[in-house]
Amino acid sequence: MNAPMITEFGQIALILALLVAAAQSVLPMIGAQKNDARLMAFGDRAATAQFILLALAFTALTIVFIQSDFSTKLVAVNSHTDKPMLYKISGVWGNHEGSMLLWVLILGLFGALVPVYGKTLPAGLKARALAVQGMVGVGFLAFIVFTSNPFERLNPVPINGQGLNPLLQDPGLAFHPPFLYLGYVGFSMAFSFAVAALIEGRVDAVWARWLRPWVLIAWSFLTIGIAMGSIWAYYELGWGGWWMWDPVENVSFIPWLAGTALLHSIMVLGKRHSMASWTILLAIAAFSLSLVGTFVVRSGVLTSVHSFAVDPERGVFILALLILATGGGLTLYALRAHKLRGGPEFTLVSKEGGLLLNNLLLCVAAFTVFLGTFYPLLIEAFSSDKISVGAPYFDRTFGPVMIVLIAFMGLGPLVKWRKDSWVSLKPHLLKSALLIAVVAALTFWLGKSVLGALSLGIAAYLAYSTLVAMGRKIKLGKPGAMKLLKAQPASVWGFFLAHMGIAICMVGVTGMSVWQGSEAKRLKLGESINVSGYVFTLKSITPGREANYQKMTGLVQVQKNGEIVANLRSSQRFYPVRDMITTEAGIKVRFMKNLYAGVGEGDPKTGWVVRAYVHPLVVWIWLGALMTALAGFVSIFDRGHRRGPKT
Amino acid sequence: MKMTWKGLLPLLIFSAMGIFLAIGLTKDPSKLPSQLINEPFPEFSLPDLFDPETQIDQTYLKGQVTLVNVFGSWCVACDLEHPTLRRLAAANEITMLGIDWRDTMEKGRLWLERGGNPYDRVAFDADSILAISLGVTGAPESFLVDHTGQIRFKYVGPISDKIWRKEIKPIVLALEQEMEATP
Repeated sequence: MNAPMITEFGQIALILALLVAAAQSVLPMIGAQKNDARLMAFGDRAATAQFILLALAFTALTIVFIQSDFSTKLVAVNSHTDKPMLYKISGVWGNHEGSMLLWVLILGLFGALVPVYGKTLPAGLKARALAVQGMVGVGFLAFIVFTSNPFERLNPVPINGQGLNPLLQDPGLAFHPPFLYLGYVGFSMAFSFAVAALIEGRVDAVWARWLRPWVLIAWSFLTIGIAMGSIWAYYELGWGGWWMWDPVENVSFIPWLAGTALLHSIMVLGKRHSMASWTILLAIAAFSLSLVGTFVVRSGVLTSVHSFAVDPERGVFILALLILATGGGLTLYALRAHKLRGGPEFTLVSKEGGLLLNNLLLCVAAFTVFLGTFYPLLIEAFSSDKISVGAPYFDRTFGPVMIVLIAFMGLGPLVKWRKDSWVSLKPHLLKSALLIAVVAALTFWLGKSVLGALSLGIAAYLAYSTLVAMGRKIKLGKPGAMKLLKAQPASVWGFFLAHMGIAICMVGVTGMSVWQGSEAKRLKLGESINVSGYVFTLKSITPGREANYQKMTGLVQVQKNGEIVANLRSSQRFYPVRDMITTEAGIKVRFMKNLYAGVGEGDPKTGWVVRAYVHPLVVWIWLGALMTALAGFVSIFDRGHRRGPKT
Repeated sequence: MKMTWKGLLPLLIFSAMGIFLAIGLTKDPSKLPSQLINEPFPEFSLPDLFDPETQIDQTYLKGQVTLVNVFGSWCVACDLEHPTLRRLAAANEITMLGIDWRDTMEKGRLWLERGGNPYDRVAFDADSILAISLGVTGAPESFLVDHTGQIRFKYVGPISDKIWRKEIKPIVLALEQEMEATP
């Protein structure tokens, strides 16, 4: 098949997928209502067919990108013949149209997995969930076909393309969107099954146990996606920050917080039959917030108008989708809330109580981030003032909520289901207080920071409490502990890794926020700056050239106590196709301390702008985050998900 | 059907948020309110792109309604905007002052030779001297300045024919009336 036809082939596959999704959203629903097995089974086939068609469309677009077929507008605007193959491929989703196609492809994938793993599901529930999944598909496919067609043609055909935004030409960012989308779209499963369960008026433990692995998958991918975004910002943007409370970052973090709450409440529902309402609401919220995440980045409501083309029509379309999905889900909830049973009673001091508190705190945390992100927009709605909410707001509101949350995170796993007492927790609380005091005192003595001392004290407490909880589960100290350790279900390991991961992440965040050292100066060759006891010397500046950019590489040597510890190479890249300059930082990654240097513009006479940083413990942030993501994947393998009801 | 307040609450909260978002969205994000609206145009003195010996300053803006347009030969979105500006110039719609921003004289001139020059005059601002005092965040960006030299309107992003007709032209007409009304 020659190139021109591939574009049309993809276009046809895309339109067919829209038609299949339309049928999928109606027929199985009617089937479930009339109890017609054939119509219900249609949902399975439609979901599979939709996925295959979307995979064909996506493959077609990828081929067009690889072939650099500039008669397709998207390729002309976002690609270039000089671009390395990796970025030709990642260019497929490095733009609005292509990334939306990736979004629906993943949606289709999740839909197609329902018939594969859902053989034991009640036919009515499965048919209804697939119908809802189909509706989401119709909404997004219509959005793509009518407002953001990736297969649009360009006439006359340009000789070469405009290239991909250089900032996006990075392996970290190439794979950041797919992971983020696996997370965002993964929550569509929670949404579809929540709506289906509301239509049926039954939310039970079997439902929860079937859905939990999907929530875990979505949540873990989202965790990885966010961590990758953070790593990318750290080394690519060239200012050595790992989290900026930037709107684009925030909108991915909000669904993560809601998803974390969902993860915990769905566990309670699966084990104790309570918190059904919470689970349903959080399932709807997690997906809605994922839509908000897509919506904000794609509509340009909050982001810089110069990074993406602003098109209010698209924004309005996505807003309509968001209102239909969330409004529809919540209306259904309003009609059916009275049918959801409360489940067995529990007292405040119990595992259920702890998890309820966890849910509340996570919701408050999500709300503070939401407010900080959208407050400027709200203010604008009422006045003409333009304000911006910066890191100080988030530090002051989100920080304290997190500290309280972590305090309960340590205790939660130690209390019993249904009913427990403060008295039984007293020994642990006393030991914890002692531990916090010792760690805080040591930290203060060495690091001279009250905030750092408190923060590390609490991180140590979380790690200790998690170890104690694990120790109790295996009856540590009694015979057979090793045997019990091996017999622990995967979800216990998931808990252990996740909570430990958070503790490790917290150590990293503390190190980075409290003991970071930085300095910027104009340096001539041979001159140096001092940062936290390290001497950064500018050694040389060499020009160079790669396929799609020219570069100037600066060599910065770092010494401590007269010994050379690192040679950092930082380069400024000039991309002629886009007329853009980016800075690649030189980083020496170490377990305890990263050394980081960025060499900016300058000339031999006046010197070059050199920024030098010492970043203690920063690697721990991502180690902790990835460990937490891993925990989600580990938990999926819990046999409990497949077992019958347990009381 | 039975509905409870408790069940309805999430929907109500969401509706309230949805309304705010919708109001926020109808405000075009590219219309960033400028601190400079209704303020005098910042003082400047920049070389003329086509005659570097002479300087252009804020006095140029007095006496007529002017569209000040920040552009650069490097700016892709400016290519998009350019045909509209050409049409405006051909129809003699408004006096235009171009600010060639973060550019080299050679490239800026070449760009205007190739695509045609719609500007009455072009000031050359390679070092962002005026751009910074104007609070320019990117190119293209445009300002309407009235006959007294006050900034009255700011537009971020490329001006299309539609945007000119619907959003900017009415303001220009109003400003011109204002000018005729004052003795």
